[in-house]
Amino acid sequence: MIDPLQGMDALADVLIWEGRVAEIRPRLEISRERLAELQEMDMTGKWIVPGLIDMHVHLREPGEEYKETIASGTRAAVAGGYVAVACMPNTRPVNDSATVTRFILERAEREGACHVLPVGAISKGLQGESLSEIGELRAAGAVAVTDDGRPIMDSLLMRRALEYARIFDLPVISHAEDSRLSHGGLMNEGTVSTMLGLRGIPSAAEEVMIARDLILAELAQCRLHIAHVSTAGSVRLIRQARERGVPVTAETAPHYFTLTDEALMGFDPVFKVNPPLRTEDDVQAIKRGLRDGTLDAIATDHAPHSVLEKDTEFEFAANGMIGLESALPLILDLVRADILTPSEAIAKVSCNPARILGVPLGTLQTREPVNLTVIDPDKTYILDAGQFESKSRNCPFHGRHMQGQALMTLVKGSIAYSRITP
Amino acid sequence: MPFKRKDILGIRELEVHEMEHILEMASSLKEINTRAIKKVPTLRGKTVIHLFYEPSTRTRTSFDIAAKRLSADTFSITTSTSSMVKGETFLDTVKNLESMKPDIFVIRHSASGAPHRIAGRTEASVINAGDGMHEHPSQALLDMMTIREHKGRLDGLNVLIVGDIAHSRVARSDIWGLTKMGARIAVCGPTTLLPSDIDQMGVQVCLHPEEVIPDADVIIVLRLQKERQQQMLLPSLREYAVYYGINAERLKRAKPDVIVMHPGPINRGVELNPDVADGPHSVILDQVTNGVAVRMALLYLVSQK
Ligand SMILES: [Zn+2]
Repeated sequence: MIDPLQGMDALADVLIWEGRVAEIRPRLEISRERLAELQEMDMTGKWIVPGLIDMHVHLREPGEEYKETIASGTRAAVAGGYVAVACMPNTRPVNDSATVTRFILERAEREGACHVLPVGAISKGLQGESLSEIGELRAAGAVAVTDDGRPIMDSLLMRRALEYARIFDLPVISHAEDSRLSHGGLMNEGTVSTMLGLRGIPSAAEEVMIARDLILAELAQCRLHIAHVSTAGSVRLIRQARERGVPVTAETAPHYFTLTDEALMGFDPVFKVNPPLRTEDDVQAIKRGLRDGTLDAIATDHAPHSVLEKDTEFEFAANGMIGLESALPLILDLVRADILTPSEAIAKVSCNPARILGVPLGTLQTREPVNLTVIDPDKTYILDAGQFESKSRNCPFHGRHMQGQALMTLVKGSIAYSRITP
Repeated sequence: MPFKRKDILGIRELEVHEMEHILEMASSLKEINTRAIKKVPTLRGKTVIHLFYEPSTRTRTSFDIAAKRLSADTFSITTSTSSMVKGETFLDTVKNLESMKPDIFVIRHSASGAPHRIAGRTEASVINAGDGMHEHPSQALLDMMTIREHKGRLDGLNVLIVGDIAHSRVARSDIWGLTKMGARIAVCGPTTLLPSDIDQMGVQVCLHPEEVIPDADVIIVLRLQKERQQQMLLPSLREYAVYYGINAERLKRAKPDVIVMHPGPINRGVELNPDVADGPHSVILDQVTNGVAVRMALLYLVSQK
């Protein structure tokens, strides 16, 4: 049993009664007649952890249901061990109003397999020109605001967003990219882009924006969260800012600590993502940032695309990878490599994102119906994207040897997904 | 050793013995082009499709002449990528053509890696006739052939490549090929037109042509696209010509037997002055002649697979 928020990492029995955690003890004494009312499951060697939270997901509904829907995306989530996903506002229409936020929540209530936490747009229509009604978004249930997918190039708008979001205590999530510097870029700028003749996106395109946003967050004293950190320089900037007290948090994604730009040698668009896969030095820096806590969370940036967007020339292919059903074993790789303790690894996908988004999830210590994931850390298998619950197949880890898998996912006290065969 | 490759996608993956094989074949086929009847029946009954997704009269004509002199049936499809809404049309087109059982696709495309996306999905051979900023293998091979004809060797030569290295597939293929053949390469151009980490490809990097011209046995001058001005890469073509243009004045300090090459078409007065392009050091027309021979060799060798 691992519950980072409680500082707990111990062998224990857990009693779940009517969907709630009734008791956690090293050894539960349960009478014979009581046991008859219960179902006993032997979880020896497994990890029981607070339900995982992915704070960066594109569910594509409304508008691009051929790539993913709230139903299929949340099924992918529970299959991957997640009990909650924060969904980005770049849908069609954009989630820049209470109406769209309510639509998402209603659809999730009816068809979703797990909690859905809508993230509203900073600017109307993601146009980067004027603020959306952030108060109304919050009232309707938005947990954060972002223009993810696009940077906010206008520094004044970013300043105002940070100031205004503070009224509602909403974090502002920055997709940090100077689109002038990244213009036309298809992959990380460096040796590999030079060899492949693909236009590069310099690390500076990300770092320049992070530097700006950190300075603005300091000015506005608003909570800033940096999405999908991919470079060594970004980690350094965030670390320095946090040392001087800037209210900043940050996330990275499994592909940024697992893959490098060398993966693009065959021009396969499945590896095309924004920010792009970087170098080995960046991968090492991301791992150090995870280890020392500079990077609070691991999110997938699950970005489903169909073959229409992906099966083309590299240059014309869309950016993005799906991640919900491949993230967990890659996060466990960090534990096996002694970069994170089991408790630290779980914190990056449970209590930390819950704290950043201000949602009452990420711990087993609650009177509410339980959200819980059982992990088999030893299960080895070859990942087959063909078996995914997601509607899309753009997974760069298809065919990879994996170790670790979600065995069972409990959402609001009931089993949302299980690989336990009776 | 027989030639085993189905496709010619780039110089990077070719071994030295494969390049030697192609160059030998090109030298022996070159003679056909001087005959009164310039045609042999070698590829009779074979179908070659030229699929050009980027305008290029020169390369297409050269491949077409090469194929016809070997008696292949040739078809040309020319589309500009700008007229396509999305890229999938390209893969669809190839899928369609594939069902008509061609033997060889010769592909030119503005997107780097486009021929590679095709090669794995077709039974036919794919010859890359230039992809984006990535590779232009037939150009590098004809450059090697031309240099060897004039210098007798490639090994130990100093080759200077001047100009827009960043956007040049010719530069990349030349660097891969000539380096493997034992030449030393220096690249020279304005910093804005040198790709990042280019030194990692094993070349010397230089910002001032004066410093490297005296050592050069071969100078390869690259074409400068006019739109580089609008992309904030250069203040003006005039200033480019002042600092990087190759003219007779600059060549005064060069070796007396230096040869000057250009993949064409030339922007006269920008990267290359007429006094050099049409002067005694220029071997540009030999490159064009050898282009046909090299392309004949490539078409012949991939059809032996
Ligand atoms: Zn983003």
